[in-house]
Amino acid sequence: MNETSPTLVVDLGSLGLDDGGTVLLGLALRGVAPGSCVRVVGTREELAIHGAAWCRARGHRLLTSAGPGLAFVVGTADRARWQHARRAGHASRERDGAIARQADPQWGLAARGALVEAGVAPLAFALSDLDELWTDDVPQLYAQAAAAQWDPNTAIPWDCPLTHPGVVEDAIVQIMTYLVENETAALLVPARFLAQIHPHFREVMQLIAIQCADEARHIEVFTRRACLHSQELGTSSAGGQASLRTLVEEPDFAVAMFLLSVLGEGSFLALLWFLHEYAPDEATRAVCRLAAQDEARHVAFGLGHLARHLGMDPGLRPRLIAAVERRHDALAHTAGLNADVFDALVLVAAGEVAPAEIARGWAAVVELEREMDRGRRRRLARLGFDEDSARALSELHTKNFM
Amino acid sequence: MTNDTVLLGAVAYDPKVVTIWEGFRAFFADHGLDFDAVLFTNYERQVAAHLRGDFDVAWNSPLAWLQLERVAAKLGRRACAIAMRDSDRDLTSVIVTRASDGPSDLEGLRGQTIAVGAADSPQATLIPLEHLRAAGLKPGRDVEVRRFDVLVGKHGDHIGGERDAARALIAGEVAAACMIDGNHLLFAREGVLPTGSTRILAQTAPYDHCNFSVLDDAADRPAMRRFVELLLGMSYADPTVRPLMDLEGLKAWQPGRTEGYAQLARAIDAFGTIDGFVALQLARLRR
Ligand SMILES: [Fe+2]
Ligand SMILES: [Fe+2]
Repeated sequence: MNETSPTLVVDLGSLGLDDGGTVLLGLALRGVAPGSCVRVVGTREELAIHGAAWCRARGHRLLTSAGPGLAFVVGTADRARWQHARRAGHASRERDGAIARQADPQWGLAARGALVEAGVAPLAFALSDLDELWTDDVPQLYAQAAAAQWDPNTAIPWDCPLTHPGVVEDAIVQIMTYLVENETAALLVPARFLAQIHPHFREVMQLIAIQCADEARHIEVFTRRACLHSQELGTSSAGGQASLRTLVEEPDFAVAMFLLSVLGEGSFLALLWFLHEYAPDEATRAVCRLAAQDEARHVAFGLGHLARHLGMDPGLRPRLIAAVERRHDALAHTAGLNADVFDALVLVAAGEVAPAEIARGWAAVVELEREMDRGRRRRLARLGFDEDSARALSELHTKNFM
Repeated sequence: MTNDTVLLGAVAYDPKVVTIWEGFRAFFADHGLDFDAVLFTNYERQVAAHLRGDFDVAWNSPLAWLQLERVAAKLGRRACAIAMRDSDRDLTSVIVTRASDGPSDLEGLRGQTIAVGAADSPQATLIPLEHLRAAGLKPGRDVEVRRFDVLVGKHGDHIGGERDAARALIAGEVAAACMIDGNHLLFAREGVLPTGSTRILAQTAPYDHCNFSVLDDAADRPAMRRFVELLLGMSYADPTVRPLMDLEGLKAWQPGRTEGYAQLARAIDAFGTIDGFVALQLARLRR
């Protein structure tokens, strides 16, 4: 290309390089090969002076900067910057290879599908393997979760009348106190892993984020229900906390989600529907129903990604079994469920303190524990555990339910 | 210093200087060259240390280059510029006034106050004042000079003085301000000099900025030849050095040249800027 006959003439009109001219220039230079000669014209007085400085900073070789314009030879820098860039998968999940089996630390925080400049300082995410995280239901579960968000302020009839006896209300306060403690663990466990998930698996990251938001709402509504007629909350027992502590401290994502979602939140589903059934007032009924609906999604994600993971990694199953046994041993000498909580469940199911009603309540709670056990065995079967090991694992599950 | 090491002297005008030379040190190490850097807080101490032989190659401002070259010449020694940034070639400075009420030409500055950068800034003080002097406006006599001394000793590497001068212009405290052409563009983008608020009264002739300087026959040492070879071969496409090149503000290293310092040389001759420094160094080195 002859330097005196420009490949391209860019007319900036009245635009300067200090108020948008560089945008027009950038558009014009797209796809223009290094070595091409470009002439820039316009009416702004400083165009030549600013243009020379701009060329110097961008690595273009200035030919002339006389009059109201300039000419330059396009340098290699703009192209060189993107020479070794790579796409971080593809935005559309349908595309072949859109989601990598192993996400690259060099992709960092880039959107999936973005063209990533080479040389990004690697960001190490402990969870960057598709098989540890993925299930094909994730996008759908996220969409459901996003659509199912409810407003604690309006979704619950907080001003419903109090018609039940004081002892039953005290029992509700105790149960809510216990639920808040358990929901806190259910928030912290996924939250701890959230920051370890490679953002390439953005649907998983989003789903877990919204799961944390669900738990935040559960904590709010259970607290609010506890305080509806009462100034003071109930008790928190050492045994209950010991159980939750083993969850919060579990460092292995698959194990933690197995213990939390499949066994713990699975058991909680039965508990919340039980409370929904025996709730003495509409506010309690509503908070338990709304929380149970959210929990069903949490359990579904746990089952989904663990079923897939178990299929991919034969070493996972013995790891999960060992984790349940280890947790059982660690909790063997603790009291398990807070006795105040057990009694409170009986009272709520009884509805009053007459012996006949208490007997009915007691039977209902015993049946609840059986239902929890059946649910756990059903979910373990879905994960491919045979009947005997499902029964054994369910029996070893914490007496704290979560 | 051993024969196969290249030890660089550089002025830490900004914390990023540490990042830059640590990064380049790793680059040179990857290419088998033992390179290290010593940092100074000002160019005068760096030039003095270079003359004493404390390191091999200096990353010099244009003023430091002239300081080194002149002391060396008086001692019968030879300074040589071996490489420079592409962005350090053919800079110009501009003298800017307010569009609304500023004078229409340089002559209109007679009897007025002009804002400049640090006393030792080639681009924001010495070269523009030399331009005025050549146009018949003697600084201090025909125009009042108001200096914005940010970090003297760093030869204007810190942009703060230029920015303060520009602010003084907009505030109406001075009739004109001096800055590098690129900073006029930058300050417009930053909003310090809103678009259309200023008019360029004059532009200096092109001049060059920093260079890597060596003394005597240091350029012929194999390690120094390798240093220059690796510099000139550094590619902006290489992701390991691109962030460093971005920090240092270049797209490619170029061979050194010294013709571009003539304008600054005229300025320091006219203003006697480095006479005291040169005399002091000669006295010390000849003692
Ligand atoms: Fe929950
Ligand atoms: Fe949950």
